[in-house]
Amino acid sequence: MATYILKRFLQLLPVFIGATFLVYFLVFSLPGDPIAALFGDKPVNAAVAAKLRSQYHLDQPFIVQYLLYLKSIFTFDLGQDFSGRSIAAVLGEVFPVTARLAVMALIFEGVFGIAFGLVAGLRKGKFFDGTVLIASLIVIGIPIFVLGFLLQFFIGVQLGWAKPTVSSAASVQDLILPAIVLGLASFAYVLRLTRTSVIENMNADYVRTATAKGLSRFRVVNVHILRNSLIPVITFLGADLGTLMGGAIVTEGIFNVPGVGNRLYRAVLSGEGPTVVSIVTVLVLIYCVSNLIVDLLYAWLDPRIRYDS
Amino acid sequence: MTPENNLTGQDTGRRHIEHFVADLDETPLQATDKVKEENAPSSLWGEAWKNLRKQPLFIISVIMILVVVVVSLFPGLFSPIDPSSEACQLANSNGGSVAGHPLGFNKQGCDVYARVIFGTRSSVTVGLFTTVGVVVFGGIVGSLAGYYGGWLDALLARLTDIFFALPLILGAIVMMQLPVFRANRTVWTLVLILVIFGWPQIARITRGAVIEVRNADFVVAARSLGVSRFRSLLRHVLPNSLAPIIVVATISLGTFIVAESTLSFLGIGLPASVMSWGNDIQAAQASLRSNPLPLLYPAIALSLTVLSFIMLGDALRDALDPKARKR
Repeated sequence: MATYILKRFLQLLPVFIGATFLVYFLVFSLPGDPIAALFGDKPVNAAVAAKLRSQYHLDQPFIVQYLLYLKSIFTFDLGQDFSGRSIAAVLGEVFPVTARLAVMALIFEGVFGIAFGLVAGLRKGKFFDGTVLIASLIVIGIPIFVLGFLLQFFIGVQLGWAKPTVSSAASVQDLILPAIVLGLASFAYVLRLTRTSVIENMNADYVRTATAKGLSRFRVVNVHILRNSLIPVITFLGADLGTLMGGAIVTEGIFNVPGVGNRLYRAVLSGEGPTVVSIVTVLVLIYCVSNLIVDLLYAWLDPRIRYDS
Repeated sequence: MTPENNLTGQDTGRRHIEHFVADLDETPLQATDKVKEENAPSSLWGEAWKNLRKQPLFIISVIMILVVVVVSLFPGLFSPIDPSSEACQLANSNGGSVAGHPLGFNKQGCDVYARVIFGTRSSVTVGLFTTVGVVVFGGIVGSLAGYYGGWLDALLARLTDIFFALPLILGAIVMMQLPVFRANRTVWTLVLILVIFGWPQIARITRGAVIEVRNADFVVAARSLGVSRFRSLLRHVLPNSLAPIIVVATISLGTFIVAESTLSFLGIGLPASVMSWGNDIQAAQASLRSNPLPLLYPAIALSLTVLSFIMLGDALRDALDPKARKR
């Protein structure tokens, strides 16, 4: 197991370095001067521009810039953004909000997706199953910003069941509606995945054995079918955490959630290269770590899988 | 049996024949093995087509897609008003439905129906060409990695992983703001950027499908007959790994349409002068609470278009996946 963990870790290292290199390259090295762009239509102040260039090492060759950036990541010293704030402080402000939003979305899609998927799978081909399948397709088909506006308008504005926009504190209560919007598409995937997995396992030998032993239907379903069906679902959910955090830009924009997506969007629009690169780096890191955890979970959940070879 | 025995057996066999299996006439093998020859042999695609014809989901989605394609090719057939040339009348601002303008007007006083019809083209163009680009590029990377294996596979798989770690919308937002792309935002820059961040999924699917097929008997047979490696990849491996690629590409087409409208909605996709559902939704967002209809109609058109591609992909998956069919 230890060698397996080490191997997976070593495989993720090039992904992390490659992805950060790619983003760094895109932001700082393609034609167009990020510092000159900061001044907008105003004439460029040569002294200020030179100071900014040396502060962000933009006067160095590209590969030196990138290596200095890597060093700053590993020493946790991300420097300052263009307005002089510590980037680490900015990240510390926005990441907890998005993490809360993403975890809430994950709980929503996990609980409801598994419940609906289980029932649909057990009643394969019946009315409930057909309805749920069509409904899940529709949910996947509607773009997230359309869903966001519809729910914001009908639930938030018309019915007044939830606040249409989020306060700056972004409490759990405020985030319920955005979390549902964020998690809806994945909810449909979880549902379909659970359903397929349940149908596959229902005809397995061990389920017939369990039934033949005289176990109650409840026990057969919950212990034998469900637990074995959850293996692919849990791996999906684990990998989805990174996707949700990176994909929250639109949802956060609609509901005005003060999180990563909102901050990143503003940073991109105003050309704050250092902030963009830092946020994307953390997102890539979360993606890598959640994938690593998924791989380990997989090994732990399914003892048939042996990773030592 | 050792080779020596075999040789002597051949020598003596002519004189003394020993049967170790029952005589053929005792077990009529021909009868049990007999293939019904009047049944035409059916391929994967033939089976799939027979299956699909009966599926309502497939028929509905194909009709919807045909309608969308025709509308995007000839929008003038569906709307006599050309919203790009006709100056919108501010007097009609947020006006309701009147004769000739069934869906009312938006804030600028433009005809909502005409804008929905004429906005179809940019969505379909971006979706279609991005999918073509992604299938070509991802297909090449995936099939080379899966077929040749070894160091090439290791290299290409890591490259795929790197691009996979950056979500489509995230990468596209960062790239669209680069000065190079900000200066000329057209349908084609959008296609380019979506291809750059969209190919890893197809590459992974293709790689998996190619690995499954590359050691199949018919490929080994072709190779042993002297077909070159590359030719057998093109002629034998790829055609037999197309099914999952087509399914994923169909569903991705919907995803890319969503990506285009999401970027336009965020204000960094197509410029506001280009008619697109994303732009119209973005423009209508400000007056959502007073007049939600100009937002609703392009949103419905967008959702139905995306839905039709996802439904088609779902139907194709059911028809092309023999494992799923057994259940």
